[in-house]
Amino acid sequence: MAITSTCNCKLAPGQNGKSKHAHCSTESHFTDKQTFQEGYEGIGKPRNRNGIESFEEVPMSVALLTYMGWGIVILIGYVKEFLLSFVPSQNPEKNREGYAPLYSSFESFYTRNVYRPIRDCWNRPICSVPGAELVLKDRVTHDNGWTFSFTNTFTKCLNMGSYNYLGFAECEGPCATAAQKTTHSLGLGVCSPRQELGTMAIHKELETLVARFVGAEDAITFGMGFATNALNLPSLVSKGCLVISDENNHASLILGLRLSGATIRVFKHNNMKSLEAKLREAVVQGQPRTYRPWRKILIVAEGVYSMEGSIVNLPEIIALKKKYKAYLYLDEAHSIGALGPRGRGAVDYFGCDPKDVDILMGTFTKSFGSAGGYIAGSKKLINHLRINSHANCYATAMSPPVAQQIISSMRIIMGEDGTDEGQRRLVQLSRNSRYFRQKLRQLGLIVYGNDDSPVVPVLLFMPAKIAATSRELIKRGVASVSVGFPATRITESRSRFCISASHTKEMLDKAIEAMDEVGDLLRLKYSRLPRPIGPVIYGEDKKPQQDQVD
Amino acid sequence: MAVQWDLYEMYLALLQAPLYHLIIEGLLMVWVAWLLLRKPKIRKPILTEKEQEELITDWQPEPLVPDTTEDHPALDPFVVEGKVGKYVCVNGRDCLNLATHNYLGLVEDKNMEDSAVECVKKYGVGSCGPRGFYGTVDVHLNLETRLAEFMELEEALIYSYGFSTIASAIPAYAKRGDVIFADEGSNFAVQKGLEASRSDVRFFKHNDMKDLERLLEAQSAKELKNGKNGKPVRKFLVVEGVYMNSGDICPLPEIVELKSKYKVRLFVDESISFGTLGRHGKGITEYYGIPADHIDLIMGSLEYAIPSVGGFCVGTSYVVDHQRLSGLGYCFSASLPPMLAAAAITAIDTMENDPDMFLDLNNVCRKLHIALSSLHQLRLGGHRDAPVKHLRLAKSTGCHNHDGQLLRQIANESMKRGLAVIVASYLDQSERFLPQPSLRLVANRLLTENDLDKAIKILEDSCTAVLS
Ligand SMILES: Cc1ncc(COP(=O)(O)O)c(C=O)c1O
Repeated sequence: MAITSTCNCKLAPGQNGKSKHAHCSTESHFTDKQTFQEGYEGIGKPRNRNGIESFEEVPMSVALLTYMGWGIVILIGYVKEFLLSFVPSQNPEKNREGYAPLYSSFESFYTRNVYRPIRDCWNRPICSVPGAELVLKDRVTHDNGWTFSFTNTFTKCLNMGSYNYLGFAECEGPCATAAQKTTHSLGLGVCSPRQELGTMAIHKELETLVARFVGAEDAITFGMGFATNALNLPSLVSKGCLVISDENNHASLILGLRLSGATIRVFKHNNMKSLEAKLREAVVQGQPRTYRPWRKILIVAEGVYSMEGSIVNLPEIIALKKKYKAYLYLDEAHSIGALGPRGRGAVDYFGCDPKDVDILMGTFTKSFGSAGGYIAGSKKLINHLRINSHANCYATAMSPPVAQQIISSMRIIMGEDGTDEGQRRLVQLSRNSRYFRQKLRQLGLIVYGNDDSPVVPVLLFMPAKIAATSRELIKRGVASVSVGFPATRITESRSRFCISASHTKEMLDKAIEAMDEVGDLLRLKYSRLPRPIGPVIYGEDKKPQQDQVD
Repeated sequence: MAVQWDLYEMYLALLQAPLYHLIIEGLLMVWVAWLLLRKPKIRKPILTEKEQEELITDWQPEPLVPDTTEDHPALDPFVVEGKVGKYVCVNGRDCLNLATHNYLGLVEDKNMEDSAVECVKKYGVGSCGPRGFYGTVDVHLNLETRLAEFMELEEALIYSYGFSTIASAIPAYAKRGDVIFADEGSNFAVQKGLEASRSDVRFFKHNDMKDLERLLEAQSAKELKNGKNGKPVRKFLVVEGVYMNSGDICPLPEIVELKSKYKVRLFVDESISFGTLGRHGKGITEYYGIPADHIDLIMGSLEYAIPSVGGFCVGTSYVVDHQRLSGLGYCFSASLPPMLAAAAITAIDTMENDPDMFLDLNNVCRKLHIALSSLHQLRLGGHRDAPVKHLRLAKSTGCHNHDGQLLRQIANESMKRGLAVIVASYLDQSERFLPQPSLRLVANRLLTENDLDKAIKILEDSCTAVLS
């Protein structure tokens, strides 16, 4: 039902703008029954929470202009460097005559000429909790981005840049209090890896809780989300194994895969046809040259993609993985806590059985307002990792107050603190996300991703607009994140908003108004899709029904 | 003019050549072009749909993970209750702690806890974003300034995890096509950094400067052979201040000499030596009295001498700043929770205000060294000034696993008697050069002479209990 219903969003023929719907595959592998009646026991009812996912294509003229824009930026850089080459320059390093240059020339050219002049748009220092609002520590540059000095003034902004999905970045309240108490009772540092003398009772408590939360047999936790991927993938796949990885996967996944020695193939972002083609080819052809069959095949995907705002097409991936006997590694960094009626990630959102995902990975830096990462799965998998994981053997154990913050916030999400605070936050986040996205679409902005995703990228295209959007929004009291090449494709520079449960409707309206002004000022309203008509009413659409929430 | 004349001559020659000659030449050219351009034929078995389906049904992958033995020690680790300080409660028993890297005894420091708690009251726990995207809190900037000042270098940069610091910093500079010289005794984080760089890695024998020079010489001979047209090759040398896997100190003066002679860039992992070596705890450079600017990049940890979480790199801005865009673990991970950074700042305060703590620590290191060398059944490894000591079986059984088991029994016996020591954990299959099994003991500034006597007594008793 879900999958077919998303296909109703086809455009009327003759419409100029094109739209790719990642979930609209004509060759759907299931009938409705198959997908959703296999729902995970205990919840029973199949759900339809599959939002529309859209990626409006770049109009040709805009793409051309964008390339030209980049061309001009690079050209100006070359001219500048050419003129500067007449000025005798000093070696930037002392006592290093005769050494090979430390940096490749294009890399430093790009940093000097493209990144540095607009460097003020990143690394903005803050001096408050990154909650619904944050306080920026103002700085100025007098040398075009080489150095900054603080002005000792502060700007309060609406925070739409932090991954504070459930609003647990708080300096007071039960979580903060518990973390303070733990600091005094258990200390901050452990000074030892888990396998030596770094395992504390609180770590065990955390692991049991995480396993229960995600619905797996067991879980293992680490002090950093990035390291969870980079240091565990090598113990899961190795030479002779094939990994089929989404093209937009996070750097930590790519690093882990590279360290593993497995063969890596890439499928198009969230595109099930591409994935199936790769799987089929892999099983049929075997390894290159020798034609020996692969030892095993692992599909690696993320729950919510942090730059695209898309949600993984989990039901189809699960069906494909079963059909081709592959294994599935799902990185729920941005989806755990942020998706699903019970906040348990993409698995919960689609009502899939967590047992169908072989390796459930996630981080605590986002929804839980803490730090670290976990891997959950079968007892056998976790035992294997406890013995073989690089991080478990060599890296320092998680700091106790950090673990406490996760435990407290996770209990709240699960409703085990005896209040409905967690549920309230989940509902607020999903309402906020839908409202904000629809409103931006209505303004004529190109918004990527799934309607239910709390990550909201707005396309800017031109390189000059990256910094301009970011600065103009700050002027209007909205802190957002702008990114361009190399973080995105060269034509797809974007501004990203992260929605939080701590945002109120008034705050969102303020951001929407700011975006409306900036959109007019910088001509960002590229969308040629029909705009959603009628008033968008906050919290009206698809309230999670009572029976879906237990 | 000359060119024109040549062309004219060629034209004349063409006119004079016999026709058959021209035809043959023409055919030859076509043939060469065909040879060059044709695609190599791939023998691709064309399978019918049905055959493909059969292959798919037939294929049986290996299980995701192999079976594990239920009794592996990692599945039943010691569980600690309360703080992991000088004393620690392991599996319900109070022990003197010689196992965790709390060199300066700052785990018990109330000030660190207080500043962390104050920080939570202002900033909460997590930073909810990477440094680039509103994850830079003023506390992080303060910590970076303080670290740079402490090390008397231009700039510092912090990571949110000690392991990832080392493993990200090395590949931020060293790339495919570069050459890295590394010690065989390097710790696992360094090994992963080397692997991630995809550079050509050459290992020299542990702390063997002759062997290092031999490799450097071979490399420069190779470069000389390539002559001037060869691009200058970037070369790196990665060493540790104090080696985690052996407790040895690196011979920095010789290393610096070689580094300048052969023009390689020197990266030093000071995870252990930072905050332990030198009169003011500034690490290996202070210990040898060598100016820190000889070293291109110093990498350190905030997880040992400073008992918080995270790691850092210090050096010149020209070198360090590069990681703000290319350090993978720096750019693509949430920043360190501010409370942990605040605690680290307080630890630096303490280290600056009370430099005698480094004398005390050094005293303990030496005393522990002497005391441990008196053990008969265990052989001591490591430098007397290093806070990490390794004890191996004096009479090895000749079997790696068996040695490990015996040492583990000794550790268990010791714990029963009130001394926490552990067997250094390694992943046997993943280590590049697997070290011999050992008990790794750690010196803590707060250990008294009585404590040391007690520790030695317990170790002796446990050895006797297990080995005889
Ligand atoms: C998909 C994904 N995986 C892993 C990580 C790393 O997590 P952490 O910030 O906890 O190191 C991130 C964070 O940015 C992420 O987006």
